[in-house]
Amino acid sequence: MAINRDTVKYTANLARIELSDKELEHFTGQLDRILAYVDKLNTLNVTNLKPTSHVLDMKNVYREDSVRKSLPVADVIKNAPNKENNLFKVPKIIET
Amino acid sequence: MTMNMKLNTLTAHELIDLLSKGDISPIDICNDIINRIEKQEKSLNALAHFDKEKALERCKNLKEGVNKGKLWGIPIFIKDNISVKDELTTCSSKILKGFKPPYNATAIEKLMDIGAVLMGKTNMDEFAFGSSTETSCYGPTRNPWDLERIPGGSSGGSAAAVSADEAIFALGSDTGGSIRQPASLCGVVGLKPTYGRVSRYGLIAFASSLDQIGPITKDVEDAAILLKAISGHDEMDSTSADIPVSDYSSNIKKGIKGLKIGIPKEYFIEGVDKEVKDSIKLAIGELEKLGAVCEDTCLPHTEYAVSVYYLVATAEASSNLARFDGVQYGLRAENITSMMDMYKKTRKEGFGDEAKRRIILGTFALSSGYYDAYYSKALKVRTLIKMDFDKAFEKFDAIVTPTSPTASFKIGEKISDPLTMYLSDIFTISANLAGIPGMSIPCGFTKANLPIGLQILGKPFDEDTILRIAYNYEQSTEWHKKKPKL
Repeated sequence: MAINRDTVKYTANLARIELSDKELEHFTGQLDRILAYVDKLNTLNVTNLKPTSHVLDMKNVYREDSVRKSLPVADVIKNAPNKENNLFKVPKIIET
Repeated sequence: MTMNMKLNTLTAHELIDLLSKGDISPIDICNDIINRIEKQEKSLNALAHFDKEKALERCKNLKEGVNKGKLWGIPIFIKDNISVKDELTTCSSKILKGFKPPYNATAIEKLMDIGAVLMGKTNMDEFAFGSSTETSCYGPTRNPWDLERIPGGSSGGSAAAVSADEAIFALGSDTGGSIRQPASLCGVVGLKPTYGRVSRYGLIAFASSLDQIGPITKDVEDAAILLKAISGHDEMDSTSADIPVSDYSSNIKKGIKGLKIGIPKEYFIEGVDKEVKDSIKLAIGELEKLGAVCEDTCLPHTEYAVSVYYLVATAEASSNLARFDGVQYGLRAENITSMMDMYKKTRKEGFGDEAKRRIILGTFALSSGYYDAYYSKALKVRTLIKMDFDKAFEKFDAIVTPTSPTASFKIGEKISDPLTMYLSDIFTISANLAGIPGMSIPCGFTKANLPIGLQILGKPFDEDTILRIAYNYEQSTEWHKKKPKL
């Protein structure tokens, strides 16, 4: 097996997705079949190859470090599910 | 022009002519589209968001004047993952419920600058994860040629709307075939530009090294017009290329005599439907009649493309979709006890099955202990796939293949088996991995009257040549004139 139930559970936690037992069962089987399929990459010798993370022949793209107009805070924050005083409001993070 | 001519059935270039003669007004076009939508949309479900009053209002508010833009008064539909300021843009996902972007995508700005009228948003696979438009939170879109079948995906809403004359043309996005495959399955034209040709600013990211916005149209001339309208360098997208944009619509009209076209044997393998193979072979014969020189070639690493893609694309997606966490926009789960609880429950409730599967797969491919075996290896094999094309394009001006191994399949047929679904992208994925332009044009029908698409792949930034081949083929055939009976 390329992936087991515990690894899927661990990975889902890294991805911050809660899974039900049924989903866990389901996804483990499906992901295992997908990983078994992609295993065909191991038949190729890639030792001397450079990775292609990007197809364009470009490196860093710079611009002048100058102040520009940005969106009004009210526009940026208007979609937030919970907000207060122009800030995103979330559950308490720091233990008291 | 008769009074009975339904304007929604025409192409953009035909409407541009009529508008310039003063025979019709933008409102006339808008009204015919609204009528079509009111009659047809219930059975198609091609649209994610559409408000007819707003569409009419935009039409009425068009600025008149001597400097009317190239697309003045022409209505356009937009895939639901392309940001339109203050309009619902949800990637057909529950997690972006109610989201209205505070800015326009660059492609949208460019269209509005030349007078195009935004009509609404089209349905899609959730976050463009799919090949059938079945994973949308708004339910599946149906193929206008057979309502029991899928329109392809992920830009299935755009392709179905254009095919069914609910739209004149539309924008889609293509990460692994999401413009070309639905265009093929719905019998319309779809073009994925070279990576970097069109700004991705405002396109909600799926896989940033693969995504491109592109046109879905009724004919090749419209694809040329729309591509020109949205192309060009944009300082808001550092991966957009600073390379001049051609005058595609005049260049398509040159002949194709002497052009060298490669036919890769890896695209005619077992599993490709016989009716598809036969249609493509006839199309190649037609291209030869038009003076092109077609020869066999090989792209030896084609069989690895699906594997590379589903590691690279999911890895990038897992990173891009980390932003949907219930903080800044969209859904936030209720009854949460902590920050971590909020993340996990929001993403559990907000993402559909395929999104969860891909995020987990991508996270796995990037995770410590598996990175070298999966992600890093996939990037190296991507190099081999790119080198295959570099080599082929030393000899050929373009490459021709089927767009999809089969015509449209039944709703529900592949949705429970992700791997089988992934394999329906087998012929379109390589172009994204190599960054080259590709398009699909109608080239025939199966006995069951389902459209078949011809894929034309070109050199980087040489959209001119693939459009020219497509146009010459189209002008010598009648496929693009056939309409679904709805």
